[in-house]
Amino acid sequence: MKQQVLVLYLATSALDAPVVGWASYDGTGRTTPTTGDGDEPPYDSGVAALRDGWRLFQASQLIPPYPGHEYDTSFLKHEFFFEKLAD
Amino acid sequence: METTLLTSVEVARFVAQGFLRLDAAVPEELNAEAIGVLSAGIPPVPYGTPLPLAFPEGSFARRLVEVPRVAGALRSLVGPDPTVDHHAVHVREPQGGSAQPLHGDAIIDTRTDAFDVQLMYFPHEVSPAMGGTLLVPGSHLRRTNESDTGRYQNLRGQIRLTCPAGTVLLLHHGIWHGGRRNDSAERRYMFKIRFNPTVRQVRLWDTADLDDPAVPEELSTRFPWYEPATGRLEVYNRVAMWRAMTGFDGFDVDHWATRVSNRPRRIA
Repeated sequence: MKQQVLVLYLATSALDAPVVGWASYDGTGRTTPTTGDGDEPPYDSGVAALRDGWRLFQASQLIPPYPGHEYDTSFLKHEFFFEKLAD
Repeated sequence: METTLLTSVEVARFVAQGFLRLDAAVPEELNAEAIGVLSAGIPPVPYGTPLPLAFPEGSFARRLVEVPRVAGALRSLVGPDPTVDHHAVHVREPQGGSAQPLHGDAIIDTRTDAFDVQLMYFPHEVSPAMGGTLLVPGSHLRRTNESDTGRYQNLRGQIRLTCPAGTVLLLHHGIWHGGRRNDSAERRYMFKIRFNPTVRQVRLWDTADLDDPAVPEELSTRFPWYEPATGRLEVYNRVAMWRAMTGFDGFDVDHWATRVSNRPRRIA
């Protein structure tokens, strides 16, 4: 069995929030997703991915801003990793 | 040299989006010359070379940056007498190459009262299959370092550039971007020049419309890839940039900056 990985970036820390960004990696080699290869996400929310059989295995923690950097913006905050296993 | 300065609304759009797009700004005769010139290569210059030394009078690059719309936009953003940080010809071979990871150029650059501008010139039409540059509007104020954003393959509202021949983009130094895979049968050319300012970047444009209500509207723009909470911080940071670029410390959009700095001293 090989791992397929889907990364969804959501609008809030809730798993049922809308998708704002995405990436995928295919351990089977059948597809080769890459940067800038689509304008529409594979799912509308994290829960929609669950309903399609993706298994959540990591979610980003909620980390308070560092003092003095409360208004800084940087990476997307709400990152969720999913997997499927395939032959 | 004739120029066409930007308006306040256009500069506010640059502050919000991190780029300006000048479609078909370069005349056809220069575009026709470009492929040969870019294929032959443009001699490198030391970092920080004054523009007239980097691009001698009559050279292709000099004529490019003196196209009135281009010159006016550059003057409006970086001011007179910028230096050339560096320049490079980017070529994407047909049916070849791989997409660059999403990145910001150089290294993390946290200046809030100055910025570099990168000019991207596309001498020919860029079709969807040619893998035009990927741009993420409104990403320029994010504090990230170079390709640490490489994990992000696609973001809602991203721009996969298609454009007519002679299009010029002017980018804030921090914007997330990347060259995409060229799936067409044609070579894709892009000429990039990074400019460093040598003056304070304060009211360098045509400020006749500084009080236009469209200015705060532009600065309020949210993008589909923003988390709503972080989108509010983006507006806050644009207010800081607009204050620096106008010298008006009281400027605000929807009270975001004023509210969180209100510490009354009056004792009742």
